[in-house]
Amino acid sequence: MSEYDSSCGPGAGELTLDGSVPVVEITGLWTKYGRTVVHQDLNLEIEQGEIMSIVGGSGTGKTTLVRQMLGLERPARGCVRVFGEDISEIDSDQLQQLRNHWGMLFQQGALYSALTVFDNVAQPMRELRTLPEDLIRDAVLLKMNMVGLGPEHANKMPSDLSGGMVKRVALARALALEPKLLFLDEPTAGLDPDLSEAFVSLIQSLHRELGLTVVMVTHDLDTLFALSTRIAVLAEKHVIALGPLQEVLKVDHPFIKEFFLGDRGRRALEALDATEKPTPTEH
Amino acid sequence: MPTAKEPTLTLNSGAVAATGTWQVHALAQGKAMNAITAMLKPLAGNSLKWDLSAIDSMDHIGAQVFWNAWGKARPADLQLAPGQEEFFNRLETTGKLELPQPRQQRLTIVMKLGFAMLLFFEHMAAFIRLIGQVTLDVGRFIRHPMRGPWKEISSNIFHAGFQALGITALVGFLIGVVLSYLSAQQLRAFGGDVYLVNLLGMSVIRELGPLLAAILVAGRSGSSITAQLGVMRVTEELDAMLVMGISHGFRLIMPKVLALAIAMPLLVIWTDTMALIGGMVSAKIELNLSPQYFIGKLPDAVPLANYLIGLGKGAVFGILIALVSCHFGLRIKPNTESLGRGTTTSVVTAITVVILADAVFAILFNGVGF
Repeated sequence: MSEYDSSCGPGAGELTLDGSVPVVEITGLWTKYGRTVVHQDLNLEIEQGEIMSIVGGSGTGKTTLVRQMLGLERPARGCVRVFGEDISEIDSDQLQQLRNHWGMLFQQGALYSALTVFDNVAQPMRELRTLPEDLIRDAVLLKMNMVGLGPEHANKMPSDLSGGMVKRVALARALALEPKLLFLDEPTAGLDPDLSEAFVSLIQSLHRELGLTVVMVTHDLDTLFALSTRIAVLAEKHVIALGPLQEVLKVDHPFIKEFFLGDRGRRALEALDATEKPTPTEH
Repeated sequence: MPTAKEPTLTLNSGAVAATGTWQVHALAQGKAMNAITAMLKPLAGNSLKWDLSAIDSMDHIGAQVFWNAWGKARPADLQLAPGQEEFFNRLETTGKLELPQPRQQRLTIVMKLGFAMLLFFEHMAAFIRLIGQVTLDVGRFIRHPMRGPWKEISSNIFHAGFQALGITALVGFLIGVVLSYLSAQQLRAFGGDVYLVNLLGMSVIRELGPLLAAILVAGRSGSSITAQLGVMRVTEELDAMLVMGISHGFRLIMPKVLALAIAMPLLVIWTDTMALIGGMVSAKIELNLSPQYFIGKLPDAVPLANYLIGLGKGAVFGILIALVSCHFGLRIKPNTESLGRGTTTSVVTAITVVILADAVFAILFNGVGF
């Protein structure tokens, strides 16, 4: 780890969940693959209770950023704090505890193909090793119910499910331990418009109900506009714009012009105005 | 990380008060859950006063603990803090959720046997179809040799043949040493030292060389062929080939079958040589039998027919290994478990089939080459 330079300042103090400390705090982050620099001195803060969308062209390291927040990858330099803890300095017990406080929805679902739907959702609860099985059964069925899956699907295998169902099961599994922080990687990619709309309203209602903080990587403009309270735009190795949709739209940058105000973006914006959805407000 | 207070219950003359953090992480810590279950159990069915307003935070799993203790209905006398209402509302509106019982398989032994037989016949039918397909593809290849998959064949020969030289040499040599050493001890007891060449030459060339090479190739290349086809199924590459009009048989299976049919006899020659060298070294040390004598005696001791039978076995074993591994590779379903099981079955079946075929050879060529 000679290359690693921990530039984390002193800790942000005792962690509380009242929102005084950002849920995720990235400072001075560098990511390099060989000689290619993906992120250069990148800073980002995610506040409690918001839905932060990360957008950017392909190859700008959106998914990498999420993987770094989850501790799956290590930045070349810089500091990633989640719930006030430096992810790369933390010991394994604490990391395990932290892992029980977040959930991740992978792009392809990443369900365990050898386990049934029920067992997939039950897995994180069983890993705690102390919950009684009848409580787990009720809790799993409730989680499945929350994502719109009836008990009749419980005994199916992942290979028997359609794309939309896989995403729902994966979401139920990500929510199994009632995380405070939920990561979504392309939650609506590969879903038809009906399903992705249903998925958006599902995440909205869960966000309201559970008070989640959501970090989302997406290309889907409809999802982006409907869900995000704030948007972080990655380009040129930095966060070039950060804020609610209206503020991001005002930033003068070719990528933003092309991404949000191209034909596709205009259509989505018009649709948004037409339905008179409340413009996302900052928490 | 958020710190959690231990969830506790206090029972006080018909009133239950709960305090602490009723969230899954707090409940899962230490023996908290056991203590709570033990306390709640005797309360079931009693009508009590429940006060949850002192709980500092709660989640669905915490709420579920209460809900189950109440027998899945709201108690008459319940005090909640403002935020807790919605958890119980959700539990109430969701209602009772029953896990459907997985269908019990009630099969008698006879029915199981029947299923096993049907599965066996299905495998046989598919295997025969595969042989037919390969035969047709070979016919097509012979008619238009220039349009054949030469590259695939040569790369398969390289992977299954050339890259197996090291391991077959090592195993062949060691078996030669062991066999020669053990036989020498026995033969010396009868004073028949010179017959070591006959014994070793006959057993290695006719039997052990082809069998050893085949078992190693079945483990090495058989598993890799099955896994390769299986992963191609998982990643939909097989479907992509069909869509482009590229036939699986012609481009994937036939090259493997031909490559093993060519590479295996060559490997048999190689393994034979190594095993005989090992035997020769051992004979020199143990019986002081010179290599010159050993090599000079070999053609007399082992008629040429045995050598040809060995090579023929090699080719047949190679074809069988390739066919069996392709058969199982194509049957893999797109999930991880099927991939693992398919590969194991493929290797085990390939080795069994090779030994079965060896027995058939022994019967067919009974009396030839002695």
